[in-house]
Amino acid sequence: MAEHTIKAFDQEMDKLRGLIAEMGGRAESAIEKAMLALQRHDKVLAAEVVAEDKRIDAIEAEVEKLAIEIIALRAPMANDLRDVIAALKIVGVVERIGDYAKNIAKRVPLIAANQRTQEPIALLPSMGQVAGEMVQDALNAFAARDADLAVAVVERDTVVDDFYNSVFRTLVTFMVENPKTISECAHLLFIAKNIERIGDHATNVAEMVYYAATGQTLPDRERGGAAAEG
Amino acid sequence: MTAMMHEQQTLTPAGETRMPETKMTETKMTARDVKVFYGEKQAIKGVSIDVDMDNVTAFIGPSGCGKSTFLRTLNRMNDTVASARVEGTITLDGEDIYAPSMDVVQLRARVGMVFQKPNPFPKSIYENIAYGPRIHGLAHAKADLDVIVEKSLRRAGLWDEVKDRLHDSGTALSGGQQQRLCIGRAIAVEPEVILMDEPCSALDPIATAKIEELIHELRGRYAIVIVTHNMQQAARVSQRTAFFHLGELVEYGVTSDIFTNPRQERTKDYITGRYG
Repeated sequence: MAEHTIKAFDQEMDKLRGLIAEMGGRAESAIEKAMLALQRHDKVLAAEVVAEDKRIDAIEAEVEKLAIEIIALRAPMANDLRDVIAALKIVGVVERIGDYAKNIAKRVPLIAANQRTQEPIALLPSMGQVAGEMVQDALNAFAARDADLAVAVVERDTVVDDFYNSVFRTLVTFMVENPKTISECAHLLFIAKNIERIGDHATNVAEMVYYAATGQTLPDRERGGAAAEG
Repeated sequence: MTAMMHEQQTLTPAGETRMPETKMTETKMTARDVKVFYGEKQAIKGVSIDVDMDNVTAFIGPSGCGKSTFLRTLNRMNDTVASARVEGTITLDGEDIYAPSMDVVQLRARVGMVFQKPNPFPKSIYENIAYGPRIHGLAHAKADLDVIVEKSLRRAGLWDEVKDRLHDSGTALSGGQQQRLCIGRAIAVEPEVILMDEPCSALDPIATAKIEELIHELRGRYAIVIVTHNMQQAARVSQRTAFFHLGELVEYGVTSDIFTNPRQERTKDYITGRYG
């Protein structure tokens, strides 16, 4: 894309994109670490995820400040305006994604380090991986103004929803058969739900990216296949 | 109506002119394949556009793009330039304004103009307004003229500021007041269309805001076309925006669409500040 006549405007827009890319990287890493901590019962790693969420929150504040400055001082138009508005909305959503990862990490110490729940826990990492990749791809799509990649993220949400339904059924069955694990399994259910929400939020980000890149909104899709939500 | 305003417009290849498809008001003026030459040089390269009654239409574009030249074809101001030649068709209520039978003086009363620099006559405020109606025979009796002067100054948003000094010189007013006086003068002869050629470029932001508010109030009563270098102003005052570049009408559409999602690359580059 051609450069702005005013170079400082380009620099500010680049900074905005850079911050959002960093935020996306950190959110994806938080999801990954939280899932690893869960698998390994690693409380130290879990505490790290909780601590690192502060940086995600700080980036949100920084992007908000920068976006408001750009709107006030540069009066962005057309695709620039769409990019700034999308950035403003995206950081709010990614901040929530960070919170979900943090919530997963906070549950790690509450799930006892014994063999009882190894089986249901094993279901979750691949679900987390899909959701984490959706977050990463959605934000890469923003950086690259890639509408096709954004559409691919939206389409992948059903994978996470299907995962959730499957995990839900498995956990319920497991609880019925092993009533002593109900407390741990309830936490695992919340964790699965958190991952499912991360997928939904990544989808929302992808929709904003699509709008920023094309000026069009994506047609309505069937929302949340998570029927087990009840 | 809001829903209609946001209807998608069809794409046309670059350089082709098009009309907003969300037409819902009476067309006041139409231009078809208008070309303007200054001697050998072609300033306007085949512009077609409709100006409607209920919307303010803004012409934007870089210097030399032809927007002012085109504006001036709409009331034949280019007739005063000896080397200028206009081709194509421009109509007002379906009537060809370049037809030999057209009375140009009458045309300019129907299609009034406000210029970049306020240019009141060196006469009283009252006379600035009364002059047009008097020579056009709209009123002769003092009482009738008084009514027109008050009505015009009220519509121009100037009455309260000048009602106690109507016989002071118009040139003693501030720049913003002078410009509103000029708008009042244009209004006094009951025009159908008002053309404004960068009416705020010599004014400070407060005076500009008053003119913009005035444009908003006049909308619907007159078809208004405004040429402006200030894109924010086009965004604020108009419902239709036409982007001119190198003598072509690149894109014409609903203002909110033009400023959020222009279809043409050239429009986007211009409004986002990417022209080098």
